[in-house]
Amino acid sequence: MYAVFKRELFSLLNSLMAYITIGVFLLATGLLLWFFPDSSIPDYGYAELGSFFNLVPFLFIFLIPAISMRAFAEERREGTYMLLAIRPLTELQIILAKYLACLSLVVVALLPTLVYYFSVYKLGSPAGNIDSAVVAGSYVGLLLLGSAFVSVGILASSLAKNQVVAFALAAFICFLVYMGLDAAAKIFSMQWIEGLLNGLSVNEHYQSISRGVIDTRDLVYFFSFNVFFLAWTSFVLKGRKW
Amino acid sequence: MSIKVNALSKSYGKQKAIDNISFEASPGRILGFLGPNGAGKSTTMKILSAYLSADAGEAVICGLGIRDNALEIKKRIGYLPEHTPLYVDMYVKEFLAFVAESYGLKGIDLKVKEVITKVGLEAEQFKKISMLSKGYKQRVGLAQAIIHDPQVLILDEPTSGLDPNQLLEIRSLIRNLGQNKTVILSTHIMQEVEAICDDVVIISKGKLVAVSSLQELREKHRNSSLEEIFRKLTA
Repeated sequence: MYAVFKRELFSLLNSLMAYITIGVFLLATGLLLWFFPDSSIPDYGYAELGSFFNLVPFLFIFLIPAISMRAFAEERREGTYMLLAIRPLTELQIILAKYLACLSLVVVALLPTLVYYFSVYKLGSPAGNIDSAVVAGSYVGLLLLGSAFVSVGILASSLAKNQVVAFALAAFICFLVYMGLDAAAKIFSMQWIEGLLNGLSVNEHYQSISRGVIDTRDLVYFFSFNVFFLAWTSFVLKGRKW
Repeated sequence: MSIKVNALSKSYGKQKAIDNISFEASPGRILGFLGPNGAGKSTTMKILSAYLSADAGEAVICGLGIRDNALEIKKRIGYLPEHTPLYVDMYVKEFLAFVAESYGLKGIDLKVKEVITKVGLEAEQFKKISMLSKGYKQRVGLAQAIIHDPQVLILDEPTSGLDPNQLLEIRSLIRNLGQNKTVILSTHIMQEVEAICDDVVIISKGKLVAVSSLQELREKHRNSSLEEIFRKLTA
């Protein structure tokens, strides 16, 4: 499995696509948080990164499907999935290798943003006047949110033959589970439906972790979310006719 | 018997790709798997390499049923798929090392070196796969099928698109490999069957039409060339 993970990560790092998406991601966050006056942290006046952690999930809705779209769709189009399927590897090992490779790239995209934390830390008056626990919790939240979106992207890639379709499908599902469920919860006046939809919403659990409290309920939620989508992918691959 | 195929069937939707196919193959012999286009050769080979699963019937490879021992069987099989899919963004050596690692082999560098010599890729070993000509890509495909020294080799049209010189080289390589392995190869070229195969299985429209040794087939249809026999049986 390690061999497949390594090859996936190298091929992601070898593609221009990865650098463009990560570059666009960093450019967008940089501009919105430090340059555009309406949303910039220096103009805001408070030493906190809340606006960053509210912004990133929206960018992830596009960034992560762009990273994960090629996982299976490309192999299927090129016929190279056979090169993996004829090795002594289970479907699950192949899926996990691809999942972890994409997740590693998400981590690579997030690493440079630690500079934002450092900057706000230094800019605070007095320096260091920032709630580090909230920032740490939010980063854990982002990673969990990222892992959830990657599992969605991997599933979409296994369903679609075409990378663009895989991207659109993944972006739509990510949007749906992140915002759609929240919005739908507000439509219903019955409390139990509202509670149910809120309980299923990624945003709800992400916000909860972002407060800096790592609750087992949220961890269990993200874990189950990943398991659900990866198991579905495995089901799709087992039933493939290609 | 290292391959025993028993009443294998598989359909894609309503279309029956292969219907009730049975044959056997033994070590030290090369089996030619023949049939017109669309006869179900590739499908059978995909099932034997545990890439697809059959709808009915069973194949036993090295004494292991394919349904319950897919992982174990994959370790013992080398498979060259039709059209030779390869990761063209990788370098030859890098790709072969990746394949060796995915089989969990030890001493990867040495294994890669050996296989490169065996298939005659020394001159091209530092190139990117996308840069190689078709014949050399075919060699890389063959290398990934034999790097783990499998007991059974399944080659789907291993010589398609090769020039006459390469054709002879690859054929003699397959012959050498066939001395102590079980080899199944599919082809359209009858001279190839005459040159390297010991046994012949012919299928047409998913159904078995002939299973015998090459010699027996010749004796049965005296005075006709292999091509005429093929046409007669598959018309």
